[in-house]
Amino acid sequence: MPWTRDDLAKRAARELRDGYYVNLGIGIPTLVANYIPPGMDVVLQSENGMLGMGPFPYEGDEDPDLINAGKQTITELATSSFFSSSDSFGMIRGGHINLSVLGALEVAENGDLANWMVPGKMVKGMGGAMDLVAGVRRVVVVMEHNSKDGAAKFKPRCELPLTGANCVDMLITDLAVFERPDRKSKFKLIELAPGVTAEQVRTRTSAIFES
Amino acid sequence: MPSNKAGKKVRADAASALEGLTRDGMTVMSGGFGLCGIPENLIVALRDSGARNLTVISNNAGVDGFGLGVLLETRQIRKMVSSYVGENKEFERQYLAKELELEFNPQGTLAERIRAGGAGIYGFYTRTGAGTIVAEGKEQREVNGELFVLETGLTADLAIVKAWKGDTEGNLVYRKTARNFNPMMATAGRVTVAEVEELVEPGVLDPDQIHTPGIFVQRIFRGKDYQKRIEQRTVRKRGVV
Repeated sequence: MPWTRDDLAKRAARELRDGYYVNLGIGIPTLVANYIPPGMDVVLQSENGMLGMGPFPYEGDEDPDLINAGKQTITELATSSFFSSSDSFGMIRGGHINLSVLGALEVAENGDLANWMVPGKMVKGMGGAMDLVAGVRRVVVVMEHNSKDGAAKFKPRCELPLTGANCVDMLITDLAVFERPDRKSKFKLIELAPGVTAEQVRTRTSAIFES
Repeated sequence: MPSNKAGKKVRADAASALEGLTRDGMTVMSGGFGLCGIPENLIVALRDSGARNLTVISNNAGVDGFGLGVLLETRQIRKMVSSYVGENKEFERQYLAKELELEFNPQGTLAERIRAGGAGIYGFYTRTGAGTIVAEGKEQREVNGELFVLETGLTADLAIVKAWKGDTEGNLVYRKTARNFNPMMATAGRVTVAEVEELVEPGVLDPDQIHTPGIFVQRIFRGKDYQKRIEQRTVRKRGVV
């Protein structure tokens, strides 16, 4: 049985380590915050200028001056700090963030990532995604294994315009988990969703990977 | 350009703060992230100034009818320099009809270009966007086996920013995530106009807590009727941990 959205978030949360500073993208990556193991200190960074993101506010406590990068109302914690966008991306580009979890449209076997633009469609913009993949030390991607028409999204090369070249360290899909020890290595299939076989993954993937 | 006279910066309202500063074809930086920390009063005053063919540098483009959406509605913007513009139907319509020019910058690159512009730095090499279409037409340089893109500093004829508190010397303090692009933009405008929720006398703000020193601000006024719209109202129920 393929993993659900929450399963993907849960699996990505297993990549968190005590003391990590983490940036979570919009969509499934945001759900990772729900699965931080109790007792583990993880500080969430929001690229619009905040470290130490708290949970959503109680009804009536929303503060329009306190939002995350998805423009959602949030809260602050005792550990929180606020800063400018240039300081925020200094943290990101400067390699101070330990882990980023992002969504994707395509991932290539060489670690290229495409997640911001489909030619011919209205392009909304890359936001902070290009900076995140260029600067964060470890990039974990969560995505559906195939597109709605069944096409492979983990491919030999990205066909869509890139967000970053050779920047993905781990790929978690609804079928399987792929990882590589460093950015010179090939991806290896390391886990399968319950009831999914390596053969099924292979037939639904056009990228070359080790198993 | 008006002189930067200490002690002579306070204006009565947004319209008088923009007096003599607007013209067709100018470049304007506008602070904020989404609708958070945007100069609501100054955007409306810029609309009322009638200045057209504007190039607007702002992380986002507002929403229909609010924020920079106000200037899109009146077709006063010719070009936007932004990182994300997903929340505005009128923007999409004008862009697809080729009535509006759009330059996407990665968000961190945009922030740093503005910071560099304000700090007198011509350009910088960044890993962001290397090997992507963002790097097309720009110099790329390999250093220690890694590829970097040359990005240039940005300045503007006018920067409009929003702060929480300010004093009559132009010193500014922002609140929470409403800070975002405002501090860098304040440094990168040839003229910077700030609107604040509270305008106080010198000595009220703690000098150790000032985010934007007054030298960067030429005109300041107390804004009114703030709407502070929320784009995504997300809450949890009381009693649930």
